[in-house]
Amino acid sequence: MLKDITLGQYFPGNSPLHRADPRMKLILTLVEITAVFLCKNMYSFILLIAFTAALVIMSRIPPRMVFRGLKPIIFIIAFTAIINIFWTKGDNLLFEFGFIKVYFEGVMFAVFMIIRIVCLLAGTSVVLTYTTSPIAITDGLEQLLAPLKKIKLPVHEFSMMMTIALRFIPTLIEETDRIMSAQKARGADFTSGSLIDRAKALVPVLIPLFVSAFRRADELAVAMECRCYRGGDGRTRMNVLRYSALDFVLLAVFALFCAAVLLINRFAPGFSL
Amino acid sequence: MKNVCFSYNTEDGRPTNQVLKNITLTINRGEFVAVLGHNGSGKSTLAKLLNLILLPDSGSIIIDGKEVTSPDLSDDEVYETRRHVGMVFQNPDNQLVATVVEEDVAFGPENLGIPPAEIRARVDKALELVGMSEYRRHSPSRLSGGQKQRIAIAGIIAMLPDCIVFDEPTAMLDPSGRAEVMNIIRMLNRDRGITVLHITHNMNEAITADRVIVINDGELCMDDTPRRVFSQVAKLHSIGLDVPQVTELLYELGLCGVELPVDVLTYEECADLLIRKIEEKK
Repeated sequence: MLKDITLGQYFPGNSPLHRADPRMKLILTLVEITAVFLCKNMYSFILLIAFTAALVIMSRIPPRMVFRGLKPIIFIIAFTAIINIFWTKGDNLLFEFGFIKVYFEGVMFAVFMIIRIVCLLAGTSVVLTYTTSPIAITDGLEQLLAPLKKIKLPVHEFSMMMTIALRFIPTLIEETDRIMSAQKARGADFTSGSLIDRAKALVPVLIPLFVSAFRRADELAVAMECRCYRGGDGRTRMNVLRYSALDFVLLAVFALFCAAVLLINRFAPGFSL
Repeated sequence: MKNVCFSYNTEDGRPTNQVLKNITLTINRGEFVAVLGHNGSGKSTLAKLLNLILLPDSGSIIIDGKEVTSPDLSDDEVYETRRHVGMVFQNPDNQLVATVVEEDVAFGPENLGIPPAEIRARVDKALELVGMSEYRRHSPSRLSGGQKQRIAIAGIIAMLPDCIVFDEPTAMLDPSGRAEVMNIIRMLNRDRGITVLHITHNMNEAITADRVIVINDGELCMDDTPRRVFSQVAKLHSIGLDVPQVTELLYELGLCGVELPVDVLTYEECADLLIRKIEEKK
C-alpha cells in the first residue's frame, strides 16, 4: 500500500516545458515569482492570469491536476482573503456591520491576493515541479550553483545527498511495509486506540528501520568507494546539460512578460495597489 | 593480477581480533576462483583487502607487479587499484546510487573523470553485456533482485576492470535471479577474460570455478581444483561446510560400504557412475 506513493508531483510528458533545461526552468521559476509580485495594476493581474493559463496549456498537464495541487493551501488562501477584506482601510466604504467595515479596496486586495497565490503556485508547479523529475531538479541545481563551490559551499555533496535520498525513499518505504507486516503478524495493532497508542505502536517499526538505514548507509558508502567515488573534484557527468534554442525562447517570453507587467503598472489606468 | 599475498589483518584495530592469519595466495590473470568459508571466516575481509577498502596490518598485496600496500601509495594509485579490481556486493539495493539505471552505471566512470561521450559508449556497452539495455531509463526500485544485481555488475564493467570480486552476489536472490547473475559472471570470465574471485555459500556455484579456495577462521585451509577440494568431504564437514549434493550422495554411499570415487561434481557424471556400479553388481 505504501508503495503507491508517488514522489513529488512529476508528471511525465514531452511538452516544451518538459524538454527545457532544468537550469533554465529554475531561473524561469525565479522570474515567474518576481513577476507575480511585480503585478500591481488590474490589467497586469489580468495579464498574469492569461500568462499562467498559457503556461498550463503549454505544459499539457491536465488543469485538474494543477487545481488538485492547490487544495492543501485553500485554507491559507481563504485566511489571507478574509484578513484583507476586513482589515484593509480605504476611501470607498461598501457596507458597515457593527464594528466591521468593508471597503472596496479591501475586496480588491483580497481578490489580487488570491490571484497572486494561485498564479504563483500554478505557475511554478507547471514550470518546475510538474514538468521536471526530482533528479533533474537536483542536477540542475548542482550545476546552477556550481560557482558557489568557489566560496567553499558543498554544492556537489548537497546534490549527492539529494540523489541518494531520492534513490532510497522507495527502498525504505518497502522496508517499512515489510517491518509493519512482520509486526502485525506478531499481533501489533496500528489502526486502533488513541493517537498516543498508535504513535507508540510505531516505535517498534521505526527502530529497526533506523538500524537498517544505518547499515545500508554503511554498505552504500563502501560500494561507492569501490567505484572510486571521491567527491565532486575531477568528476565528469555522462549527461551534460546544454541550453537549447528552446530555453532562450522561453527566457525571452518570460522577460517580455515581466516587461509588459512593468509597463502596465506604469501607464495603464484602472485600479492599482 | 599476480602474487597477491598478505598476512593478518584486524578489522577494528584491536590486535586480539585476527580476522585473517598469514594468508598467502596467488591469483592468476583470467582465473575463475571460488572462495568458500562459513560465516565469519574472513572471506569478505579478504575481498575488501584486494581493493584497499581495508588495509592489512602486515604483509603486502601485489597487484600486477606493483605493491599496492606500500605506505607511500598516492591517492590516485589507490583509485587506480580500485578501478582494476571491481567489487560487487551481496545486497543489490545497497550498491545502487542513482534513481535511473543508466545514471547508476555511469557513476563509476563519472568518478574516474572520463569524457561524457566515452561514458555514454561504455554505459551502453555494459548494459548490453548484462542484457539490461531495455531498462536503461527505468528506476532501479522497480526491478527484481537479479536485475538490480545485473545493473550493479554493469556499473563495475563500465569502469573496465581486469578483475571483479563478487561478494556473495547471489545470496539474496531467488533461483532465477541467481542463474541470471551466474551466467553473466561466467560470461565475463570466459569471453572477456576478466579474473573472477567469487565468494559464495552455494557449493553448486563453486563447482564451475577453475579453482576453489577454502578459508576457515582466517586461515587458508584448502586451495585446489573443485574436484579435489570437494572430494575431501570429511574435512569440509568438520569446518562447517557442505559439499555439492552429488558428492554428498557418493560420500554417504561410501560410508555405507559402497566403494565409489567421490571426486564427482555433476549430476551426469554421478548418474553414469551409479549405473555402472549397479550393472557391475548384477
